[in-house]
Amino acid sequence: MSGTFLSRGFIGKRKLDGPPERVPPGQYVTHDFPVLSAGPTPRIPLERWSFEINGLVRQPVHWSWAEFMRLPSQQFTVDIHCVTKWSKLDTQWEGVSVDTLLESVEVDPNAHYVMAFCDGGYTTNMPLKEIVEGKAFVAYHFNGTPLPSEHGGPARLVVPALYFWKSAKWVRGLTLIENDEPGFWESLGYNNHGDPWKEERYYGDRTD
Amino acid sequence: MAIELIKEEAVARLLEWQISTVVKVRQETSSVKTFTLAVPHWTPHQAGQHYDVRLTAPDSYQAQRSYSIGSSPEQRGEIELTVERLEEGEVSTYLHDILIVGDQVELRGPIGGYFVWEASLGGPLLLVAGGSGIVPLMAMMRHRQATGSKVPTRLLYSSHNLEDIIYRKELERLHKEHTGLEVFHTLTRGQPEGWRGYARRIDLQMLEEVAKPFGDRLKAYICGPTALVEGVADGLVKLGIPASQVRTERFGPTGGT
Repeated sequence: MSGTFLSRGFIGKRKLDGPPERVPPGQYVTHDFPVLSAGPTPRIPLERWSFEINGLVRQPVHWSWAEFMRLPSQQFTVDIHCVTKWSKLDTQWEGVSVDTLLESVEVDPNAHYVMAFCDGGYTTNMPLKEIVEGKAFVAYHFNGTPLPSEHGGPARLVVPALYFWKSAKWVRGLTLIENDEPGFWESLGYNNHGDPWKEERYYGDRTD
Repeated sequence: MAIELIKEEAVARLLEWQISTVVKVRQETSSVKTFTLAVPHWTPHQAGQHYDVRLTAPDSYQAQRSYSIGSSPEQRGEIELTVERLEEGEVSTYLHDILIVGDQVELRGPIGGYFVWEASLGGPLLLVAGGSGIVPLMAMMRHRQATGSKVPTRLLYSSHNLEDIIYRKELERLHKEHTGLEVFHTLTRGQPEGWRGYARRIDLQMLEEVAKPFGDRLKAYICGPTALVEGVADGLVKLGIPASQVRTERFGPTGGT
């Protein structure tokens, strides 16, 4: 907590919408699924969709939609935290673990970061080690039905341990890189890392 | 979604929390108030940006929300936040029901570097708002006015009823000043007698009528509830506007507020 400033007359509603240990600082729990995006929703026909892993790999790989659907998938239930202050608990997804995708490539040992790229031109960066070992998925089902386009369908990245802007909607691939580079929001004043538990919202917020 | 603009100005700068003071409260509509806050470490914002407000209770419990800045960067030393009171809201109800002139508010900003416009970016400019989504667009229009910009600008603004139109008088004045800014209203729930504006939800035909004179070079900024934003953004793409020229921001009970 910062300083000693108190807001005169503020008590707060403190709706007990979720266990406090699951709601990061500055967040509130919502039961809606708000839509946030910087531009029009891209709508790509599935027959033109593909997913690619490129950059620092021995040989880039890409999957068509049909091929992607044949990859072993998993169901996962996670809490998500948006930098605009809402959190949503126990969201249910189905998709392909990033670990599964990386099994198809030979990763260069110099690859330390990834840049996710998307339809519509959106990008977001993160350390490679933070999306492996079960920590990230490319999801195509939400609550048992195909992911709606306004929520990132046909497929979005889901990285629950970071603020939700890292969970890139309309994701089309990952580029493995040696040195970190800022993505879209990371170039526009948002935090480079985005850990909700450290409240890394904006440029200069705590980053260990 | 090119980041052409303003990247160098979305400069890396620490956003420290600071204590502002309420210098004016204005009732805009029955559910909307504007709070003018004197900000000690004020820095010029870009029209379209927001501030984060943080409330702290005696037992250290805190709540945070983001609010768009309604004032132009030319209004130095202070910012205006225009806030809709949401019945279920934790922060907006406090601001509306408790806050009076002389009170202090902890905040930090300005924040956001994509849903922004400045006169040097030019136009023509198509602004589309629903309800309190007008706020960041008002900052753009005030900035345009304050800098004497003649960028052709059209605002299409959807409200429920006449009395729900935020900044109504000021919009009338801006429209009448003949500086190339035209305001189009649509009232979706009820219209007064003799109403000459639109009287339905924004649809493709309405968008086409308002946007057509600008051709496909317009820059669009859309702010409002998700259904409106999605519909208008899709509509503009259908009308041939490149997606990279369409910027969106959400407003409403969740997400954007």
